Amino acid sequence: MLTILFDGIAYGMLLFILAVGLSVTMGLMNFINLAHGAFAMAGGYLTVVLMQRFGVPFLICLPLAFLATGFLGAIMERSLYRPMYAKPHLDQVLFSIGLAFMSVSAIDYFMGSQQQIMQLPDMLKGRTEIWDGALGMGHYRLFIIAICAALTLALQYVLAKTTFGSRLRASVDDSRVAAGLGINVNSVFAITFAVGSGLAGLGGALGAEVLGLDPTFPLKFMVYFLIVVAVGGTSSITGPLLAALLLGIADVAGKYYVPKLGAFIVYSLMLLILLWRPQGLFVRKGGH
Amino acid sequence: MQAESHQRLQSSLLQPARWKWAEFLFWGLVFLAPWFLPSHALMVNEMAIVALFALSLDLVLGYAGIVSLGHAAFLGFGAYSAALFAKHIMPDPLVGLCFAMVTTSCLGALCALTILRGSDLTRLMVTLGMALILLELANKLDWLTGGSDGLQGVLMGPLLGRFEFDLMGQTAATYSLTILFTSFFFVRHWVHSPLGATVKAVRDNRLRAMAIGINVNARLAVVYGAAACLAGAAGALMAQTTGFASLDVFALDRSADVMLMLVIGGVGWLYGGVLGAVAFKLMHDVIAGITPQYWTFWIGLFLVVLVLVGRERLLKPWTWWRS
Repeated sequence: MLTILFDGIAYGMLLFILAVGLSVTMGLMNFINLAHGAFAMAGGYLTVVLMQRFGVPFLICLPLAFLATGFLGAIMERSLYRPMYAKPHLDQVLFSIGLAFMSVSAIDYFMGSQQQIMQLPDMLKGRTEIWDGALGMGHYRLFIIAICAALTLALQYVLAKTTFGSRLRASVDDSRVAAGLGINVNSVFAITFAVGSGLAGLGGALGAEVLGLDPTFPLKFMVYFLIVVAVGGTSSITGPLLAALLLGIADVAGKYYVPKLGAFIVYSLMLLILLWRPQGLFVRKGGH
Repeated sequence: MQAESHQRLQSSLLQPARWKWAEFLFWGLVFLAPWFLPSHALMVNEMAIVALFALSLDLVLGYAGIVSLGHAAFLGFGAYSAALFAKHIMPDPLVGLCFAMVTTSCLGALCALTILRGSDLTRLMVTLGMALILLELANKLDWLTGGSDGLQGVLMGPLLGRFEFDLMGQTAATYSLTILFTSFFFVRHWVHSPLGATVKAVRDNRLRAMAIGINVNARLAVVYGAAACLAGAAGALMAQTTGFASLDVFALDRSADVMLMLVIGGVGWLYGGVLGAVAFKLMHDVIAGITPQYWTFWIGLFLVVLVLVGRERLLKPWTWWRS
């Protein structure tokens, strides 16, 4: 019981790190980006290649995955994404799903379609059981929770306390007024997009072991990221965090207790929540 | 004088609703296709089915302005309804088709409740979610649907009690084309009717449409139900002419492909779906002949370029490098 809760929390934290960039960019530019999972996949594959071909230790791969995908995100934002902001949602959906399709086939071509296996360092293997086995904690999951919690706190700090954070919040609330006050909304957005992609890449690298990594990753998890964003709302990061935890726990518990129903529970839950509250569960009053 | 200008106004308003000679020519050629190209009859059949599916999405996307990423839900539901009906109740294709259309209309009416509120993102999610839920159901209810093996052993009776479905696919192609044309005829009539005009008004500006007394929710529900019915018909044709229904009818690729077809042909234009389906199938045939495995890469590239260039400019190459 507690073990399931623990696994669910680890899974949820991971989903949050993967989806938080999507949530912020969607709130900022009202841009529907279905290719977000491609950045996560890029991070995951980068880690696998670095570890297998070049023998780079896992812990060094993680920041590398963050930097590389963040850089990739910055380039893509500058070159491809920027003309898309003013276009209708249909165009954005077509464009980003096209990117996702391309990334799936490209990875399939270069890396093959098989599932990639991640060799974890020894210190992260094994599990600890306390309270007579009532709570079994895999060390790697503990590691995921620790990293994701630290990142969440850091994000919250940046958003709440720094100048950049207040600029970002102002741009999310009303980008036109923010631009009128002299905030360079474009550069705020470029930085946010890059950091969001980087976090997705880091999440992909961390999650390759838990979520599995194969070329269909962007399409398979696109739905989960979108659920986090749609249910959590796009106006804060607490919303997506709670939504991701809810989704993670519901998914793990559902698969454990009623394996026959599979992902059915998660999708139905999402449908019901969105019917009940079309703008998401956690909408901040005063935002838009 | 006034009567004359009134008449002129009326005829100019009715102009788009008239059938033009080019349209007669087009449909005439379409119906001759399976007989003049007997070796491609199966492909004509597929094209007719996806064209019907694209027509259905056009109602939702082009005329009602709802971005749906889960339209395959209705296609799949229609396919499974028709296949199960043929297997357990009655092998007659037309009765099965009617049955599938009625059941998917009911599903569409139910789903219409989910798309009335919220932003584009919310709608995207609920339509996608619906398709995923049906996919999961079809996967898990394996005693009924055959699970991931698909529903096999569907034997269809002869059409109208006389024409057997042959391996060449000429009967199938003519059957699908007839259903496509009938649906097209009704939809064409419908979009030029006052009801169709109010739906377009809702798409263009929901607030103003509401202000002039259009019942927005009722209009959207009607369009969604009708579109679901057509998609269900497409699914039923698919199941009946192949004698098979499998889980991939619900897949995301289907919903994305049909959206691409519609965009190639032009959104909000009835022939857009039909021509887009033909172009898409031809393109699929050519590219898949060259690289069967990486076909999605080229589709993705095509989508990206299409949107970057601007989809309304696709058929006008001379405007590409002007901004």
